[in-house]
Amino acid sequence: MRPTIAFLNRDLIERIIAEGRDILCRLGVTIHNQTALSLLSDHGAAVDTTRFHVRFTPDLIDRAVKAAPKGFKLYDVLGEETVDLSGMKVHYTPGSAALNILDGATGRMRRPTTADYVQYVKLMGGMMHIASQSTAFIPADVPEKISDSYRLYLSLLHGEKPVVTGAFTVESFGVMKDMQVAIRGSDERLKAKPLTIFSCCPTSPLKWSEVTCQNLLDCARYHIPVEFIAMPLSGFISPVTLVGTLVQHTAETLSGLVISQLANPGTPILYGGSPAIFDIRYETTPMGAVETEMIDCAYNEIGKYLGLPTQAYIALSDAKQVDAQAGLETSMGATLAALSGINNISGPGMLDFESCFSLEKLVVDNEICGMTLRMIAGIEPKEDFPSLPHFEELLRDGHLLISKHTRKYRREEIYLPGPAIDRANRARWAEEGSKTLMERAAAQVAEIEAAAAPSRLPEEVKRELTRLMTFEAHKYGMDTLPR
Amino acid sequence: MELLKQISQSLQDGDDEKVASLTKDALTAGMTARQILDESLIAGMTIIGNKFKAHEIFLPDVLLSARTMYAGLELLKPHFLKDDIPSRGKVVIGTVQGDLHDIGKNLVGIMLKGAGYEVIDLGNDVPPAKFVDTAVSQGAAIIGTSALLTTTMPMMAQVAGILKERGLTGKIKLIIGGAPVSDAFAREIGADAYGFDAVKAVEIVDRFLAGR
Repeated sequence: MRPTIAFLNRDLIERIIAEGRDILCRLGVTIHNQTALSLLSDHGAAVDTTRFHVRFTPDLIDRAVKAAPKGFKLYDVLGEETVDLSGMKVHYTPGSAALNILDGATGRMRRPTTADYVQYVKLMGGMMHIASQSTAFIPADVPEKISDSYRLYLSLLHGEKPVVTGAFTVESFGVMKDMQVAIRGSDERLKAKPLTIFSCCPTSPLKWSEVTCQNLLDCARYHIPVEFIAMPLSGFISPVTLVGTLVQHTAETLSGLVISQLANPGTPILYGGSPAIFDIRYETTPMGAVETEMIDCAYNEIGKYLGLPTQAYIALSDAKQVDAQAGLETSMGATLAALSGINNISGPGMLDFESCFSLEKLVVDNEICGMTLRMIAGIEPKEDFPSLPHFEELLRDGHLLISKHTRKYRREEIYLPGPAIDRANRARWAEEGSKTLMERAAAQVAEIEAAAAPSRLPEEVKRELTRLMTFEAHKYGMDTLPR
Repeated sequence: MELLKQISQSLQDGDDEKVASLTKDALTAGMTARQILDESLIAGMTIIGNKFKAHEIFLPDVLLSARTMYAGLELLKPHFLKDDIPSRGKVVIGTVQGDLHDIGKNLVGIMLKGAGYEVIDLGNDVPPAKFVDTAVSQGAAIIGTSALLTTTMPMMAQVAGILKERGLTGKIKLIIGGAPVSDAFAREIGADAYGFDAVKAVEIVDRFLAGR
């Protein structure tokens, strides 16, 4: 049996959805994008173009929910299926778009460079329990205008896993799409085998900016999957109660769903988000707070009720170092997310309110992911009945270390984590240098990076990616790409 | 030569049936028991031991190969001349008096047999004098004692005391093992070595008997 967890009963889910729809239809949403406003107007929404304001209709919402796919798959750069976002299947992806990294050698936070990003992508190849890359942090050695496309370029050039990403401007969508088409060979093939997911974030409360709304429309046009990332903050820019925050999250996410499905019915989406509570003591938005994680799991239940695949920024921490807090917040989030069946679980590697990425934390979190994936595989009988023969063997031999049953099921039944997780007895631990978690994780980072093989993407495609990126960099005053 | 390599590989894979049939084939092909033992069985166990030390494989893998080795060895025994039976030496093992925990001790037994030693296993709840008496009567140069409980650890000191009384200290080596004991405890009671795990125990026995 796959273990599951639930925070909402059916009545509460239906009430929250009804309230969210009511807000969309009566209060409406502000959308700073004329294309979207025209589209909505053409389909019967009440649009006030001077105020950039739109009120939805129940029918528009119903049709959007019906049009959206119940799930979709991602394919790596070689075209192999690697991620199935449907039903109760869960996959992990690192947190994304951090401004800083935690330097493993100095323990200090700093701005990341191209070299850091390439190291990250190589490391991702060895993260067995993290199914997709994300554009995890923003290299600071290229102009800001290409910092979004450049991350994707490095991920596609050096890594093979699909990428969760996003555009920071309207203009950069073009090259980010072109690079994907270069890998797949045509628009049609990209549509058939999605390679990326773009995060598209409404602005709480109840607004869409020109840029994020245009990204949403552009992704829909090319059938590129998007994840809606609504960010209501309980007690600040959304009601303080978790239910109130869920009503707002529902309204904001459904508004994105309507826009995307009007633009291109059937375009793949994830019912996602990055809501948080608001900690009035520090004026911060803790991602590792238990209430934040409860909201995530609950809106996932709402998304599932609507028949949509889901996403959340949940397996991450607000700690500043890879310490006990980092471990407890990340593992609590990952555990709840896996039990909830959130399809695309974002967060590994991330610290400090999604602003600082750590390669060492990524290695540790990969183990958290491995453990939770084992957990949801559940408890199943495996030639356990009748039990008597096993116990006869045990009493005869004194142990079952090398019994046939043990040999057959040891690997699938018991997950053995990598060396970052300390399970040595004290003597062995001391013999191996009495290493701390950070030291063990740093050794793993170095080892995996050294063993990383180059991406198997054909060289001519790599050259085309570089040509596209170099052309884009030229536009913003950069003659050659950083090495 | 290819056959010997196959035996070694099957031993490393822990496939006792294959080792048995290949060993028979090797004998039929006219290879000597000594050659099969040295160049396939012991060679295979050496590789297994090294992989274990490098943490590439784990205790059950080693135990499996040791059991396989033991199966191959039994087939070879009748082919050795009587005074050339391949025993690398005798070891008396047991869990000390008052202690019924024998899992670790049993693993040590399997490993020692797998390494080609003759093991006299006295079981559990073994009185201190019985270890020494048996070692003397059987001509064993090594005693291995095991304990899981802190309350039964002092029995190991009694074994060391009896060896000392009878002037056997150093002649019969005393190795101790078990969760609560340590290197420091071994030194404190005058034991010759502390075996951290079953593989370490074999290493220590190898070292002591090679030095004779």
